[in-house]
Amino acid sequence: MPAVSKGDGMRGLAVFISDIRNCKSKEAEIKRINKELANIRSKFKGDKALDGYSKKKYVCKLLFIFLLGHDIDFGHMEAVNLLSSNKYTEKQIGYLFISVLVNSNSELIRLINNAIKNDLASRNPTFMCLALHCIANVGSREMGEAFAADIPRILVAGDSMDSVKQSAALCLLRLYKASPDLVPMGEWTARVVHLLNDQHMGVVTAAVSLITCLCKKNPDDFKTCISLAVSRLSRIVSSASTDLQDYTYYFVPAPWLSVKLLRLLQCYPPPEDAAVKGRLVECLETVLNKAQEPPKSKKVQHSNAKNAILFETISLIIHYDSEPNLLVRACNQLGQFLQHRETNLRYLALESMCTLASSEFSHEAVKTHIDTVINALKTERDVSVRQRAADLLYAMCDRSNAKQIVSEMLRYLETADYAIREEIVLKVAILAEKYAVDYSWYVDTILNLIRIAGDYVSEEVWYRVLQIVTNRDDVQGYAAKTVFEALQAPACHENMVKVGGYILGEFGNLIAGDPRSSPPVQFSLLHSKFHLCSVATRALLLSTYIKFINLFPETKATIQAVLRAGSQLRNADVELQQRAVEYLTLSSVASTDVLATVLEEMPPFPERESSILAKLKRKKGPGAGSALDDGRRDPSSNDINGGVEPTPSTVSTPSPSADLLGLRAAPPPAAPPASAGAGNLLVDVFDGPAAQPSLGPTPEEAFLSELEPPAPESPMALLADPAPAADPGPEDIGPPIPEADELLNKFVCKNNGVLFENQLLQIGVKSEFRQNLGRMYLFYGNKTSYSSRILTHCGPPGDLQTHLAVQTKRVAAQVDGGAQVQQVLNIECLRDFLTPPLLSVRFRYGGTPQALTLKLPVTINKFFQPTEMAAQDFFQRWKQLSLPQQEAQKIFKANHPMDAEVTKAKLLGFGSALLDNVDPNPENFVGAGIIQTKALQVGCLLRLEPNAQAQMYRLTLRTSKEPVSRHLCELLAQQF
Amino acid sequence: MIQAILVFNNHGKPRLVRFYQRFPEEIQQQIVRETFHLVLKRDDNICNFLEGGSLIGGSDYKLIYRHYATLYFVFCVDSSESELGILDLIQVFVETLDKCFENVCELDLIFHMDKKFPALPEGKIQGANARELQMSEVHSAQICRHIFLLDSALLTE
Repeated sequence: MPAVSKGDGMRGLAVFISDIRNCKSKEAEIKRINKELANIRSKFKGDKALDGYSKKKYVCKLLFIFLLGHDIDFGHMEAVNLLSSNKYTEKQIGYLFISVLVNSNSELIRLINNAIKNDLASRNPTFMCLALHCIANVGSREMGEAFAADIPRILVAGDSMDSVKQSAALCLLRLYKASPDLVPMGEWTARVVHLLNDQHMGVVTAAVSLITCLCKKNPDDFKTCISLAVSRLSRIVSSASTDLQDYTYYFVPAPWLSVKLLRLLQCYPPPEDAAVKGRLVECLETVLNKAQEPPKSKKVQHSNAKNAILFETISLIIHYDSEPNLLVRACNQLGQFLQHRETNLRYLALESMCTLASSEFSHEAVKTHIDTVINALKTERDVSVRQRAADLLYAMCDRSNAKQIVSEMLRYLETADYAIREEIVLKVAILAEKYAVDYSWYVDTILNLIRIAGDYVSEEVWYRVLQIVTNRDDVQGYAAKTVFEALQAPACHENMVKVGGYILGEFGNLIAGDPRSSPPVQFSLLHSKFHLCSVATRALLLSTYIKFINLFPETKATIQAVLRAGSQLRNADVELQQRAVEYLTLSSVASTDVLATVLEEMPPFPERESSILAKLKRKKGPGAGSALDDGRRDPSSNDINGGVEPTPSTVSTPSPSADLLGLRAAPPPAAPPASAGAGNLLVDVFDGPAAQPSLGPTPEEAFLSELEPPAPESPMALLADPAPAADPGPEDIGPPIPEADELLNKFVCKNNGVLFENQLLQIGVKSEFRQNLGRMYLFYGNKTSYSSRILTHCGPPGDLQTHLAVQTKRVAAQVDGGAQVQQVLNIECLRDFLTPPLLSVRFRYGGTPQALTLKLPVTINKFFQPTEMAAQDFFQRWKQLSLPQQEAQKIFKANHPMDAEVTKAKLLGFGSALLDNVDPNPENFVGAGIIQTKALQVGCLLRLEPNAQAQMYRLTLRTSKEPVSRHLCELLAQQF
Repeated sequence: MIQAILVFNNHGKPRLVRFYQRFPEEIQQQIVRETFHLVLKRDDNICNFLEGGSLIGGSDYKLIYRHYATLYFVFCVDSSESELGILDLIQVFVETLDKCFENVCELDLIFHMDKKFPALPEGKIQGANARELQMSEVHSAQICRHIFLLDSALLTE
């Protein structure tokens, strides 16, 4: 393209722009614009055909007006016409206009796509690039649908120009990121990998970007890229700074390509081929060596480029985590950077070191830098860097340095930025618990935390200290003494009052012998804080008081007087009033024995994942706590510092607020006192299976026990014993296995998959639903190596038969080991239903009959018919369904990462149509559909509002039938 | 991947805004405001990286910025980009602007939208000039070109 000297080009446009700029007021500007718009409109409408130049000029003006913030409602056609011009600049302006102004639902899209298609086929590299850039810039799903199949062809075609290949690779990358499902994998993938060998560095760079993204989904398809990337990298790294000429950037050969290659290699494990691996290790060593050479230039670009490669190399070394020698070298290199005068390098070094700390090879090496890091925490002026230093301290902490690190972090907390205080509090709490050698230190640390940053100590932290104190009797006396002392401070944080109240209520008797902390003193100390506290704390203190009556009968009169006071008995807050009334009655009605039973010391809490760790993970996303979770470094810590489970579990602990303190649990009823009350309080604490009604030995257990020694005679027995187990009649269907509901939930938003699997049997499902009819294929796979007879029966239980008709042939077949048998079910939905039909399967293994009952994945939402409607209609219908019983709403915590695309897919899978542009808040999802049954149709509207900050959702359903609303709401809520 | 490019002046007035993810306009403005407040309170000689604000991305994203005279150039990127690479990209970006405008300053971005210059089209990207390679290397050639197109708005023959 020829460069243009100034003054050329569109004079009319220049005049117009300078007019606008000279406008003295907004009004003048609008006037000038309106005049211009009228002019352009008349030109476009005029009889005289405009030449390309004028069209371009006017389209440019429109574009300029649009960029000034005015709406443009015409000229699109002219812009589209420009696309078919043969002049570069006209075409370019056309494309520019299209990418800025045309939205996807325009009717012109067909014309535009046509023009793009022509350009892609034109063999003129400039035009092809323009078209590719336009596709990438718009990047919409529609563009993807139209062109995703063409671009790979252009990318790997032998005759494409380098520049076209480059643009095609980037364009494909963009489309893939926008809608991965549209980009078909195929034989071109292998050829893309070979672009790594291309002569043209630009093509290589673009290809690496593309492959890095694609290989994350299909690592096996692109596996061959490893050796190609290594050899490419090795050629670059070992080249002299002058070899690559144009690609040498401030004396560093192709730095950004190297960075990308190193990133690509991080998608894979270390190369298996010894030769490739040797070559790669050599490269990595070369980079580390080069870092020690004196800089070739003083320019910041030189050091940036060099260090970018270095950091990426270190990331790769850490990713492989298999070369102790390289890891230690990497650590030393980072250690140098920790003292570098460039803040950016200190920041990046701290960040890399954080990942290095979790490797067993380099953990010790990282620890040697502890003083530098602590110093950084104290003296860095930059909060980003301080944050990284705190992260690194957390990662490098182990038993040997825990006390030092925790005390430094506590000190830092006093001056830390508000934004990161809560995180630091969590980290200190976790470290203190994890590496506590003696629990008095732990209790001191947590109380210090509350003292220094009480506002940032979340519930999880102080619940945790209570759990630990309750579970360990060696620390209870010390804890009581310490909180008692802490409470004597004239102003103490409310969290301190909570912890103090709880601990004294449980273990106050352990320090009651000391006259300085005699029961009356304890009580008056706590009660002096009472009036300054919030309702929740006061409620907790009331529970402490009733516990005092049990622990110290001598305080009974005083406490009863307090409870009886008008301010308690007639408290405006229902919870406080109720507690006061009930505790007062309890203390006067119940005998000492009964009181002692009801108010017994809390039993130890079941060991489970630290609630704090769960919170930190939620805060930082998965992997945040990983340095500590893996427990690799310190396997012995778990049993000593009970509580922190080594297995990283994504399931967050159920909020212990209700169970731990009984704030929301019903207070012990006075009338039938004794253990019923206590049981009521405790039942929530044991969130384990004990509370579940026993179902008898589950089939699952039976399988497992069967699995171990397959009795040698069993195959014979199987084959020799053709006598079938009695066919199960409908009434023989046993209760579903405990995990049946969970298995069912997996199928609410999808129709195909594995319904059940254990060591013996796999049941797969394929199903399709239309209107009120459905067909389901069940595949029973025999996973053992022995032939076995499988009998099945399925159908809706009892009264469900009037709601759902299931027709099928009962399967009773001999299935060879490794083979499978299929069953077809025809399903008709007669009325709306709530419980799914059951499926019972029986077979013999090793001579023992096996049986299991599952819930068939047929839920009411399968009969959804999506309905598209405009916003206006939606709101009208929404209003029509405004009776309170027609609406079901649920607010719940996200169990999965909150990804809009995934949510969308789930909602579509659920069956409703997704309506765009209905909800004023684009984050929200709105859907509509009709549930088709034979007897009636149920219209259904739904709205899902994610709150990313709180990690919560609110789901609202409105349907014309009350049970349907509730049922759908429950089904859907479990999916997120 | 680059999520957004924001250029605003010392008073937080946006001069150039480009998002590569769809946000409604109010959110875009909020993001610019939030980002401005994040970078404004930072000294000039501290590090150029900071965690993304609450609106854009979250903890996986970083803001990488440079401050030139009266303008802040902020790139919001995810963890797949090299921090130093992006930092350099900003430098190259500004250098390119400088080349186009001759001694670029804030006023150029505001007023000289009409200034006639060949706004970095294909020709330059192909020219194996190390600088432009930079851009394509961080796979943003397109991105940059697009901004130029947008905000210099009008190009020439």
